[in-house]
Amino acid sequence: MDRAAGDPMLTMTGVHTFYGAIEALKGIDLTVATGEIVTLIGANGAGKSTLLMTLCGAPQARYGRIVFEGEDITRLPTCQIVRRGIAQSPEGRRIFPRMTVLENLQLGAITAPASYAEELERVFLLFPRLKERSAQRGGTLSGGEQQMLAIGRALMSRPRLLLLDEPSLGLAPLVIRQIFQVIRDINRDHGMTVFMVEQNAHRALRLAHRAYVMVNGLITLTGTGAGLLANPEVRAAYLEGGH
Amino acid sequence: MDYFLQQLINGVTLGAIYGLVAIGYTMVYGIIGMINFAHGEIYMIGAFIAVISFLVLGLIGITWVPLAVVIVLILTMLFTAVYGWAVERLAYRPLRGSFRLAPLISAIGMSIFLQNYVQLVQGARVKPLPPVMSDVIVLMDRAGGFRVSVSDLQLLILALTVTLMIGFTQVIARTSLGRAQRACEQDMKMASLLGIDVDRTISLTFVMGAALAGVAGVMVTMYYGVIDFYIGFLAGIKAFTAAVLGGIGSLPGAMLGGLLIGLIEAFWSAYFSVEYKDVATFVILVLVLIFRPTGLLGRPDLEKV
Repeated sequence: MDRAAGDPMLTMTGVHTFYGAIEALKGIDLTVATGEIVTLIGANGAGKSTLLMTLCGAPQARYGRIVFEGEDITRLPTCQIVRRGIAQSPEGRRIFPRMTVLENLQLGAITAPASYAEELERVFLLFPRLKERSAQRGGTLSGGEQQMLAIGRALMSRPRLLLLDEPSLGLAPLVIRQIFQVIRDINRDHGMTVFMVEQNAHRALRLAHRAYVMVNGLITLTGTGAGLLANPEVRAAYLEGGH
Repeated sequence: MDYFLQQLINGVTLGAIYGLVAIGYTMVYGIIGMINFAHGEIYMIGAFIAVISFLVLGLIGITWVPLAVVIVLILTMLFTAVYGWAVERLAYRPLRGSFRLAPLISAIGMSIFLQNYVQLVQGARVKPLPPVMSDVIVLMDRAGGFRVSVSDLQLLILALTVTLMIGFTQVIARTSLGRAQRACEQDMKMASLLGIDVDRTISLTFVMGAALAGVAGVMVTMYYGVIDFYIGFLAGIKAFTAAVLGGIGSLPGAMLGGLLIGLIEAFWSAYFSVEYKDVATFVILVLVLIFRPTGLLGRPDLEKV
């Protein structure tokens, strides 16, 4: 299933998601093209993580359509969506605390056992720290190591689309730089398409080819990373205040 | 000393049977955080399938004991696995995501249903099974002392239990199914994000627990020679006690708990009173719940995340 760079890989059209009676996504339209790094920025509670989870069918969108590589995945169960080639490093990392680093990575490859050895080598190359810690329990890792493990675990399934939820949250600047470098590398060297939610808008916009701004369950702005970095509205709301 | 040794042998045998049933409780609790109240009935059904299978094998002329025992074990595990699957499918899965008490109540309903179903189709009377293995090895027989012996059957029970426990521990620790089970236990949502079919993993957990309970049912049938439709209740609660004593959710805990409950029961019956052996078990359940709710090998939920 070779797709040329630039083809739309993921399309969301009019997606609404509810938590009980609360409408968290109020009609989202966005696309991610093959080979891109796309970032989604926005304040806490805007619905960014809900958007990523909706992509994975947990919870499922109530209205609207999500198409991945030409296939409608809106109503697929979560475990099937992952098998289509979407992997997520979720909010809060969700490392299995009582399993070793290696076991966490093995679980990441549960849908792609054939390429396990090859992917493991690649992940250890990207994050040598994980190799050193491979026998250690996930719960004993530092925050930065857990983030590396979360990304590594997602990569183990050989996804074509990598979803990252706040990869920089709570990490030291040096570690953030390292993780962003890895994201850049896997995109450039392996052609991995990345869709990333970030609060660290400055770094995210510098890394991303394109970006979306989300406010209160709706996309309010979109443009290239550089374009949004220069946008006065974005600067006022997300860049000059916090970072 | 001789008497003590004999009780030790009896207690360990009993403990092996409780341990096998306790594993089913602890595995299901580990993965969905709920007690499978119908688990004792699965064990009882296992005992009935054993009696029926032995009779049928006798009728069709398979009387060579090792072969018969193996066939009965396989048949029973297959059938109880299906029952375990059905219990999950009917009593648990439709209620997943509903309030926590709902599946417990439906499982109790399932337990009552299975008891009555067996009573209806098999009758309420006690079912006997003629001894299948009756050879005894005398270990110690001093003049004036107590004769210490171990039967072939006791050795079989121990060997089978140890083999199954090692096998299951390996499955949980090393196979991809075991990893998926542990992943579901720790974070179901994340497990599904990795492509693990959570429903299927939970089903397989019920199936594995039920197959072990089936083996326990075969053993108890051969050991005591009589069964009825009500044996699942008491054995279930005792195995549950064993699981709690060892630390619910912990596989080695269930084995240890089963062993201890078996020993306590055997020694209590030998040195105090047979009538109150159940009381001894349940006093332990109460004490553990009051003073050490996490059990002997259970871990308190203190994890750095």
